[in-house]
Amino acid sequence: MLHISLAAETIAHIGPLPVTNSLLMTWGVMVILLVLAIASTAKLSLIPNNVQSIVEIVLEGLYSFFSTVVGRHVKMIFPLVASLFLFIIVSNWSGLLPGVGTIGFTEPTAFVPLLRGPTADLNMTIALAVIAVIAMQYFGFKTLGLKYSHRFINIKNPILGFVGFLEILSDLSKVISFAFRLFGNIFAGEVLLAVMAFLMPFIAPMPFLMLELFIGFIQALVFSTLTSVFINVSLAHDE
Amino acid sequence: MDLDTWRLIMSGATIAIGGIFPAIAIGKITAKAVEAIGRNPESASDVRTSMILGVAFAEAIAIYGLVTALIIKFV
Repeated sequence: MLHISLAAETIAHIGPLPVTNSLLMTWGVMVILLVLAIASTAKLSLIPNNVQSIVEIVLEGLYSFFSTVVGRHVKMIFPLVASLFLFIIVSNWSGLLPGVGTIGFTEPTAFVPLLRGPTADLNMTIALAVIAVIAMQYFGFKTLGLKYSHRFINIKNPILGFVGFLEILSDLSKVISFAFRLFGNIFAGEVLLAVMAFLMPFIAPMPFLMLELFIGFIQALVFSTLTSVFINVSLAHDE
Repeated sequence: MDLDTWRLIMSGATIAIGGIFPAIAIGKITAKAVEAIGRNPESASDVRTSMILGVAFAEAIAIYGLVTALIIKFV
């Protein structure tokens, strides 16, 4: 029978803290990104070769894309936004690897997979969303100083005061929106692949795998682009 | 009718009804974007970026409906 679980399942404990299967996969994604980073920067040279060249293609493409979106603030926000993009895209695609979600052990009542895509866990996406929204406030305060708080708290003008209150609500709803957009897309993709594989294991899942590759890329792009656009908006106040 | 029957019906109805307006919205956004590219082919890349952003916002609403349907069915 199909095994679909909305929450990530705990597979071990480190002391009192539970280790879920998506946490295990997150460590795997971290290892992949770390190895890529170390391998490409070990011997930095002006004439790049092999790994450094590929990483330069990716980073240069991202940099030019974000500079068209954001403009002159790209130098400040590029590390955050590019890290979000790379982490999310590797996480999304790692959920499609063979063995993720299928290899596991049978607890007394249900099947527990050993690995699960990191972004298919609501905890991870809420964490990423909170990082993005806190980064918006951080960059706002860093560039504009204390005048940035005039966006939210405005005592002189009652209309602007109400608008400030709505801005606070809007920023809180951004957390929910970011988290559920990413979680919903990736988790629904996993459910879709499971159902397709259950119905017809051999030919039918292929177009859906291609769809999931594309969706993984688009969701990473949308998350990082929306973060950069909102940071741009929060930096535009008072300028 | 008992709870399981209601869960089954409502999980299907949630995503079916919740997907109507996002689908219309995405169609309208993409239609306007394509029209804008047709009028001004030089701005194609800017228009495309804004379109992807707009489509992501509209699709998020459908995703909220999908997540609610999954919660109704499995939790």
